[in-house]
Amino acid sequence: MLADVTSFLFYAFSTLLIGAALAVITSKNPVHAVFFLIVAFFNAAGLFVLLGAEYVAMTLVIVYVGAVAVLFLFVVMMLNINFEKLRAGFIQSLPVGILMAVILFAELGGLLYVSLSKAAPHAEATVPIPDAAHISNAQAIGFVLYTHYMAVFELSGVILLVAMIGAIVLTHRQRTGVKRQNISKQLQRRAEDGITLVPVKSGEGA
Amino acid sequence: MEPTIQPALAQAAQPFLYGSIGVTHYVMLATLLFVIGICGIFLNRKNIITLLMSIELMLLAVNINFVAFSVSLHDLAGQVFTMLILTVAAAEAAIGLAILVVYFRNRGSIDVEDISSLKG
Repeated sequence: MLADVTSFLFYAFSTLLIGAALAVITSKNPVHAVFFLIVAFFNAAGLFVLLGAEYVAMTLVIVYVGAVAVLFLFVVMMLNINFEKLRAGFIQSLPVGILMAVILFAELGGLLYVSLSKAAPHAEATVPIPDAAHISNAQAIGFVLYTHYMAVFELSGVILLVAMIGAIVLTHRQRTGVKRQNISKQLQRRAEDGITLVPVKSGEGA
Repeated sequence: MEPTIQPALAQAAQPFLYGSIGVTHYVMLATLLFVIGICGIFLNRKNIITLLMSIELMLLAVNINFVAFSVSLHDLAGQVFTMLILTVAAAEAAIGLAILVVYFRNRGSIDVEDISSLKG
């Protein structure tokens, strides 16, 4: 019974995921595409929960839905773009795109299917998944992430820092013609420099 | 008592994760998603925003592969690497959209074909 429910959930989530992905690449309005992207991420998170990778599922929702999709939405709404013009050539490239997709899926899927059906993948586990009854998924990941994978964890932090600085540097601009308060200039101002006394001879002043 | 990681039971990789759904199902799903991402790049060659979204779909497909094999092989490393991919995807989206904003500010459009003007 349980197996039936999980199979049903797998097929439900994956159907919605594929449908949402197709809607992302075909929708006319990019705002709709972003919303379909959010649907796709939610369904992928559902699949991860089904697999027992709850922590990754929650991270997916937080990072993708909470940050990346909202970032996309911001940019789509902030820029006033004529999207109709950008869709030109969609129909022309449709046959090529579908042909490429079919060929790639046949090759990749056929190869993976054959190799996976021949023998189930097996390898020595570097960090075995502990028994879920004793220790939760998030706890188990925490144990290895801060010990075994300390270096990559910190490196990913550096990547995020570089991305943050890069995004700020790219989009920051000095606008001309905007009056801004320059505090250090204000504080350096001296009374002697502020006033100039000009001796004006009587009768010659303009 | 300090909690420690219990060594997993010595078991061979299971062909079926639960019921009749095996790792093959997940790999096929991920392949389909990846191919949809590639197709999206072909279809929306002019629209950088949709291109970036297609790349996100492809990264999601890679993540599904990683998690499916991680569970199938009883190895936590796959889930750790999924988070690293998430990090890279977030960074890529931030930088890509920043470049897009700067480009739009300078050109007034986001047509990919105009970008060739960046050549010297």
